[in-house]
Amino acid sequence: MSGAPTITTEIKPLKGWASLDLRELWEYRELLFFMTFREIKGRYRQMALGPMWVVIKPFLTMVVMSLVFGKLAKLPSDGLPYPLFAFAALLPWQLFAVSVSKSATSLVANMSVISKVYFPRLTIPLSAALTGLVDFCMSLVVLAGMMVWYGIQPTWNILYLPAFLLLAVLTALGVGTCLATVAVRFRDVGYAVDHVLQIAMYLTPVVYPTSLVPERWRFLYQLNPMVAAIDGCRWALLNTRQAPELASVLAGLITLALLFFGVYYFRRTERTIVDLL
Amino acid sequence: MEEPIISVQGLGKRYRLGVARPQGGSKLRAALRALASPFRYLRQSLSQAGEAEILWALKDVSFQVGQGEVLGIIGRNGAGKSTLLKVLARITDPTLGRAVLHGRVGCLLQVGTGFHPELSGRENTYLNGAIMGMKKAEIDRKFEEIMDFAGVERFVDTPVKYYSSGMYVRLAFAVAAHLEPEILIVDEVLAVGDAAFQKKCLGKMSHVAQEGRTVLFVSHNMEAILGLCSRALWLEAGQLVQDGDPQEVVQAYNRRCLEDVASLDEGLFQDYNRPGDGRLRFTGFGLRDGQGAATTFAVTGQTVDFVLPYVTQGQPVENVTVWMWIHDLMGRQMLCLWSKMTGQDFERLAPRGEVVCRVPRFPLVPGTYTMDFNAVINGIRADRLVGAARLEVMPGDFFGSGRDLRGPFVCDQDWSGQETAGEGRP
Repeated sequence: MSGAPTITTEIKPLKGWASLDLRELWEYRELLFFMTFREIKGRYRQMALGPMWVVIKPFLTMVVMSLVFGKLAKLPSDGLPYPLFAFAALLPWQLFAVSVSKSATSLVANMSVISKVYFPRLTIPLSAALTGLVDFCMSLVVLAGMMVWYGIQPTWNILYLPAFLLLAVLTALGVGTCLATVAVRFRDVGYAVDHVLQIAMYLTPVVYPTSLVPERWRFLYQLNPMVAAIDGCRWALLNTRQAPELASVLAGLITLALLFFGVYYFRRTERTIVDLL
Repeated sequence: MEEPIISVQGLGKRYRLGVARPQGGSKLRAALRALASPFRYLRQSLSQAGEAEILWALKDVSFQVGQGEVLGIIGRNGAGKSTLLKVLARITDPTLGRAVLHGRVGCLLQVGTGFHPELSGRENTYLNGAIMGMKKAEIDRKFEEIMDFAGVERFVDTPVKYYSSGMYVRLAFAVAAHLEPEILIVDEVLAVGDAAFQKKCLGKMSHVAQEGRTVLFVSHNMEAILGLCSRALWLEAGQLVQDGDPQEVVQAYNRRCLEDVASLDEGLFQDYNRPGDGRLRFTGFGLRDGQGAATTFAVTGQTVDFVLPYVTQGQPVENVTVWMWIHDLMGRQMLCLWSKMTGQDFERLAPRGEVVCRVPRFPLVPGTYTMDFNAVINGIRADRLVGAARLEVMPGDFFGSGRDLRGPFVCDQDWSGQETAGEGRP
């Protein structure tokens, strides 16, 4: 206790606009690290292939997609080998989907901890997103292997990759925190979210290029921030012809609005969540 | 005077209790209604939440705690003790008022807080520490001591799902108590764990206080409150009744508990219009623990004597059956204590005396119950009292396992498993 600055906590009912209190979140950064670590480590205990599953899952999905959409349906792929085209989009999509579904159920699933000890609840969806990022990095190795196999060289565009990943993660957090708040009252959300995410994948250029969308619908289409995120990742990794510039700005704005609303609403709900469950 | 470590002003917490659906009908019908007019259904189910009944679990509670004080909080089940701790631990927000806490808060509201079964004891210790807001370096420094206190050094790298319940409890307490929070909040942990460990916990808590840290402690164990606390708060129906010297507060609390039972007695035990022909009348009701000392409550898993003093109309009575029903607050019959059932009807009872029924390991889980008393002589009702006494049951460790009890009551049980031949029919 000597010399350490004492922390003063004021507890009072919440009125009006709660401060988002991101400083507090920063103070709990080590917890965020431990939670992510716990998630990764706890997940693959007692599994023969262990963390290999992170890579196997998107890889198999990519194989199936290449057969169905690439070979049978002969969807265009912006002049790239279809498997590579699909895989480069599948990875950020999976990052998004896993983060959303984990965040949406985060409050309900961690009830046993939430009802017994205080910590900023936002660390739970955040750690879900971080776990997704770790998975993404592992899968990136496979993507690199595929690029070597198909003889496609990375360009300097790759420096933009983190920006587009951030866009995907922030969108996921925005959507996830909104859903998590609703899921406390309506458990249906937990069941619905995975299904809706599957449908949403087809509203995002994962299995087909954006150029396939008719011009007059293009603007509406790009209101989905994940369109820019997926196109951006593909562009950064594989140097597709056009960078999604305008779409990215639009997506950035929408995501920020979504994120602000989601996090604000989440922080409001977390204060009394125990009473609702 | 120094600035208080904890300062609570006008704290209130309101809960909305769910109400029964106004419309009758099965789940299937509700589902069909939802399908037929989804929006109306949604609006209805949303508006119902607003019309719910309101309960103030805490009402205008104010107090201050100085550094190094050990504050014991007592009160009956549902008096708001746990809600108060939950608000102070920031698990839920108050509805009214405010509280200011200076310093880091460590809490042990229920044992096993946030342990991940797949992770080892070491990993869980770090995770738990981080949840309480500790830095890794601090946990590093305290790690050996925690393991030593919990006595699980040999299993640091074993996933906690393989831990015995005792080890689990010990590790959880050790983590909470050793991570040097300025304020330690403990809710009734002493109901679990074996006696030796409880003693160790109490010792640790007083040690924590001697180091100048503040402890808030809820317990039904009056001895622990008296032995450990420098001050006590008594909560009743969400309000602060008394705040002061533990000796005085505990005495006042015990007196009130007795009075409440007595006031029930006065009403019914004096009422001579009650059913029965009056050849025997119960004159009161009391409880005694296994050592024969009068008590105001029963403890799950411990011996309790139900004592019924009576008088007859001057002469001894023969062939008497006595029974008591214990109901929960919903009016459900929970337990019947019946002399005929055990084959112990009274061949002869003196004109004045008491009937005692001993229950060696009391099976009902903690809560408040009401009691009915009946006496029958030669098959004809002599006395009957309905809802004549309140029975408070306090938490106890029925199985010595330290685990939570489930269900309305518990019984002895023993689990085993073995291989069988054939199709697995019993």
